[in-house]
Amino acid sequence: MSLLRLHRMQSSAAPEAAVDVAGLVKRYAGKTAVDGLDLKVARGSVTAFLGPNGAGKTTTIETCEGYRAPDAGRVRVLGLDPRQDAAALRPRVGVMLQSGGVYPTARAEESLRHMASLHANPLDVGELVALLGLDTCGRTPYRRLSGGQQQRLALALALVGRPELVFLDEPTAGLDPQARRATWDLVRRLRTDGVTVVLTTHAMDEAEELADRVSIVDDGRVIAEGTPEELCRGGAENTLRFAGRPGLDLESLLKALPDGSAAVELSPGSYRLTGTVDPQLLATVTSWCAQNGVLADRIAVERRTLEDVFLELTGKELRP
Amino acid sequence: MSSGTFTPAPGAAPLPRMVAAHAGLELRTLLRNGEQLLLTVVIPTLLLVLFSAVDIVDTGAGARVDFLAPGILALAVLSTAFTGQAIGTGFERRYGVLKRLGASPLPRSGLLAAKTCAVLVVELLQVVLLAVVALALGWSPAGLSASGVATAVLLLLLGTAAFSSLGLLMAGTLRAEATLAGANLVFLLLLVGGGVIVPLERFPGGVGGVLELLPVSALSDGLRDVLQSGAGSAWPQLLVLAVWTVVGSAAAARFFKWE
Repeated sequence: MSLLRLHRMQSSAAPEAAVDVAGLVKRYAGKTAVDGLDLKVARGSVTAFLGPNGAGKTTTIETCEGYRAPDAGRVRVLGLDPRQDAAALRPRVGVMLQSGGVYPTARAEESLRHMASLHANPLDVGELVALLGLDTCGRTPYRRLSGGQQQRLALALALVGRPELVFLDEPTAGLDPQARRATWDLVRRLRTDGVTVVLTTHAMDEAEELADRVSIVDDGRVIAEGTPEELCRGGAENTLRFAGRPGLDLESLLKALPDGSAAVELSPGSYRLTGTVDPQLLATVTSWCAQNGVLADRIAVERRTLEDVFLELTGKELRP
Repeated sequence: MSSGTFTPAPGAAPLPRMVAAHAGLELRTLLRNGEQLLLTVVIPTLLLVLFSAVDIVDTGAGARVDFLAPGILALAVLSTAFTGQAIGTGFERRYGVLKRLGASPLPRSGLLAAKTCAVLVVELLQVVLLAVVALALGWSPAGLSASGVATAVLLLLLGTAAFSSLGLLMAGTLRAEATLAGANLVFLLLLVGGGVIVPLERFPGGVGGVLELLPVSALSDGLRDVLQSGAGSAWPQLLVLAVWTVVGSAAAARFFKWE
């Protein structure tokens, strides 16, 4: 059996990841920007790369895009080397840079038609322009577009060549809430249509809304990885709050609850329980209240957010 | 747009189509830029008219316009291939345009080819315009032989290559603002010291001999040999331009930074 056939059989047995980064290290002038980072992106999924500024997100993405050579580690994009196989890879990958990369005097639609003409089967520019709400400013030079319009044009430039994989570096930075929602809808459509999406963000809600998997990055490493649910569920405790009459006997409540639960009266009549908050615990609390003639109101179960996860993992505030 | 719109169908366009599309964009960008037009069209035309009509510089025997027209053609090539290209590319680098194109299917060789096409189209427009103005001012070029025409075209092409490589070298190594200032300064110095409007014999002693080795001097001298004196060849000047092209291209390929 030839090596080539062996290779084909292996690759058909295990479908290749869209992006496969292992042990990536990248230093700039002695400063380590990426420090042994691993990332695996399944085809057809949306992956969010979440972390503060300076965490190494953009460096990692730009290494995958072929702009930077790794100092150590292995990077494969669609099974190819981003630098050695650049010519084969570029038509298949859509790129949205943080800075637009459009000449200030170029008009919005002109830029898009130009990018479309570099591809074999581009999207219909008119439709794309309408979809992204750029139809009113098609003849406007890039420098006169609003920040949000520039962002949407950069996104359109990444999509117009009908790529298999897109890298979106902070696609919603600086967008107003409506434009942000519109971009989220678009990302969901990309997934529906089978496009693999890798996006960076420091917006927690964005990662929770969009991503199949989230990689939390800090100081050049992935410090946690999983679905948003896994990350939020994992390890630490959740919280249940309720209000009732002041001065309840919390000792007696805790006896009814599983070990490891804790309760505190934050202010008169306002209580907080921490522990494994599941349906069973909620039922226990309400029946205890019924036995004690307490009308508990304003019961709230608080899920951890990715923000909480990030704070726990790094002890740092996320700098926007 | 229906569902399935974004279903992947990747692929690069054929290279000639990419080059044509990008050359078109470069050309529109050039023609839209007022400062560039000042440099490439207004200044050469004004200099041609002014120095032909008024006796400011002693241009030797014969009509002044016969001396000036070849020099101004060389200046036109300098303004587009060197100054305009350096400034335009410098700002493309600054605005991340080159970086973004680096992730597109257009290869670097295609980018270079497209830039060259755009420059050649602008030069063609300049040559036509300046020739018409010069003829209106009484320019009577020497009776051209076939080899004279071929030499003139070769000079213009090799001059374009030399200036382009030097312009890209500047754009790819300096900050955009420094390129803007530097490219204009070089334009001015070469205008005065490059045999464009001032004959090199006017410079003292050995200075003229050194100035002859400048690319713009070689181009204007060579064009003058053909268009004013009716020579059928200009090998020394072609050699000077060829050396500048080789040196400039090698340095640009070695030192150009894309971002």
